[in-house]
Amino acid sequence: MYVAVKGGEAAILATHDLIAEERRGDVSVPELSVAQIREQMQLSVARVMNEGSLYDEDLGALALKQTQGDLIEAAFLMRAYRTTLPRFGSSVPVDTASMAIRRRISATYKDLPGGQVLGPTYDYTHRLFDFALMANGEHSPEAKIAEHALDAAMPRVPDILGDEGLMEAEVPPVGDPRPFDLTRDPVEFPADRDVRLQTLSRGDEGFLLGLAYSVQRGFGGNHPFAGEIRLGEVAVSFAPEELGFAIELGDITLTECQMVNQFKGSIDQPPQFTRGYGIAFGHAERKAMSMAIIDRSLKARDFGEASEYPAQQEEFVLYHCDNVEASGFVEHLKLPHYVDFQGELELLRKIRREQEERLAERKEAAE
Amino acid sequence: MSALPTSDLAMGLADPVFGSQAVFRTVLTVLSEPGKIMSLSDNLSGCPDHLPPAAAALLLTLVDYETPIWFSTAFERIRPWLVFHTGAAIAAKPMDARFALIAAGQSDIALDAFNLGDERYPDTSATVIILCPSLENGLPVTLTGPGVRETTSFAPQGVDGDFWNQVQDNNALFPLGVDLIFVAGSSLAGLPRSTQISGDF
Amino acid sequence: MTLNQDQSKVSSVLDGEDKTARQRWMGIIARASGVEVAELLARIESQPSYELIKRPETGTLMLEGRAGGAGQRFNMGEATMTRCVVRLSDGTMGFSYALGRDRKKAEQSAVIDALLQSATRDAEMLHAGLGAMAQKQAEAREIASRKAAATKVNFFTLVRGDG
Repeated sequence: MYVAVKGGEAAILATHDLIAEERRGDVSVPELSVAQIREQMQLSVARVMNEGSLYDEDLGALALKQTQGDLIEAAFLMRAYRTTLPRFGSSVPVDTASMAIRRRISATYKDLPGGQVLGPTYDYTHRLFDFALMANGEHSPEAKIAEHALDAAMPRVPDILGDEGLMEAEVPPVGDPRPFDLTRDPVEFPADRDVRLQTLSRGDEGFLLGLAYSVQRGFGGNHPFAGEIRLGEVAVSFAPEELGFAIELGDITLTECQMVNQFKGSIDQPPQFTRGYGIAFGHAERKAMSMAIIDRSLKARDFGEASEYPAQQEEFVLYHCDNVEASGFVEHLKLPHYVDFQGELELLRKIRREQEERLAERKEAAE
Repeated sequence: MSALPTSDLAMGLADPVFGSQAVFRTVLTVLSEPGKIMSLSDNLSGCPDHLPPAAAALLLTLVDYETPIWFSTAFERIRPWLVFHTGAAIAAKPMDARFALIAAGQSDIALDAFNLGDERYPDTSATVIILCPSLENGLPVTLTGPGVRETTSFAPQGVDGDFWNQVQDNNALFPLGVDLIFVAGSSLAGLPRSTQISGDF
Repeated sequence: MTLNQDQSKVSSVLDGEDKTARQRWMGIIARASGVEVAELLARIESQPSYELIKRPETGTLMLEGRAGGAGQRFNMGEATMTRCVVRLSDGTMGFSYALGRDRKKAEQSAVIDALLQSATRDAEMLHAGLGAMAQKQAEAREIASRKAAATKVNFFTLVRGDG
């Protein structure tokens, strides 16, 4: 028997008011503005844009404000908003070689054209609290300004190795086809590279980080070098059908990571380094690095490697890295399952009753 | 640089959001009640001279850069208007199209030249818009199937027995097959792949 | 008016010989803030009358990347963008496309794009403002690059042993 139950409306409306009050916290403390979050919580905003799969810093900041900083809930808001908008088209593929560099490092080459540019990073901080920040002073920090700008030419490190023929080539397939879009078409396995990269782009940073870590710790079988990590601004170009030529719509901040991995060779192919690719919105180095490691481990099939570890199994990785989907399925368990549970409860009681009866019968027979 | 004169380009849905929602609702209705004739006159601020208002409203609502459309050379002149308003991708061949625009009685294209979908994703098949002189008083056929209470009669003008044979064959492919939307002036009617056709043709 | 004429006019507007200049100014305007675009338009004396051919509308653009930077294309995720098309009373069409959701900026940018296409006093005023806007954007890029350059490592080799 199924009994529909009503009566939650008033309670639900009251939770809206309660969560709004909780979100605001102590009203004697000034309210955060979206602009403050956008400017001062940039790395959280980047994560929300990545996992929400929508580049818009103001919306990322609003999502964080509205969700009290719950990153996955914020990504969910971005995904939900996206579905309300028409899509006008696809960009020309972004050209990261012409990025306006703010950070660019290589762990494989000390002296590379353009140099090692450390940029804004916590890598060389001591991880000691700066209690001055707690004091909230008027102090506005100023970065050093060098006399000259960076070199105009900042070649991507794998391209340098590629010129020597020592690096697995990355060339477009014949015809340079329009990529698969998982927001439009169902994912099928085995998945092509474009499907894998799109899925990883919107994947959960923590999940990908854990998998990348597992690869390094031996649950993977290849040893990565950070060939290059670069951060900076890249122009977004679009050729609207009705205009007939490409124009630039502005710049976005991207983090790109190219992992260089141990070499593979075959009868037809001399030994060469293999590579993994990661890219992320905003400053999101950990995400880009993790993605690059997983991209390489998911190439196991292409290189004839045994796919024996979790990070090499594309169905496992691609089906479970999306945190909006994952939290939807895990958290739906909170929803009423009254009827399901009543069914289980009835069944258990019946089994118990029957068991007791059998035991009683046996006991009687024995006496 | 020369300026555009008052041209067809200016004409689109009077209200892009609510207009397209209303048109979409109408398309849903005609496809769920095969043979029912509905009107779509109120949603446009204007349309090209050579395209019936209902067809213009349908294209503005359904077509965009992700849904390639195919039309025969006879419709080539709608291209600037369509591309301007929808950013539509024009399919090079019928099989690539998600939407198609054909004239009733157009003999150079068969329904099975379009994408019929596949077993796992029958929804990927094409939707074919057929321009007719009128949706009434043509050769009548009898429709039965989902959305039809017992039977209904449908008699668009401009289509012949060969066409209805093709529609029968299309229905036999169900759940595969194309869906048809007939248009005349500001009227439209739907014939989904699930509808069975009978009659003297 | 025949359709063929129509079509040729469309292509003359869209593929004009000064396309490169137009691409350049559309890029500069797209990068400007809403306030900057409003200030640019305010430079001209009398505001033009125009009609909205495509009202300002916010949507998304799918951003594509390439595996390894140069290989197979893939979808990285979307970005918000806003577009607008206007037509001046003399018939000139103006287009605007920019990242973000600023609809007022989109409308004003499209008007500026239309005005810039004619050799008028207004266009001159706008071109002057556009030059200043471009310079400001170039300076911001230069400063960001010089700040990064201050963090560039200058390796020097330590001599081992007692030489």
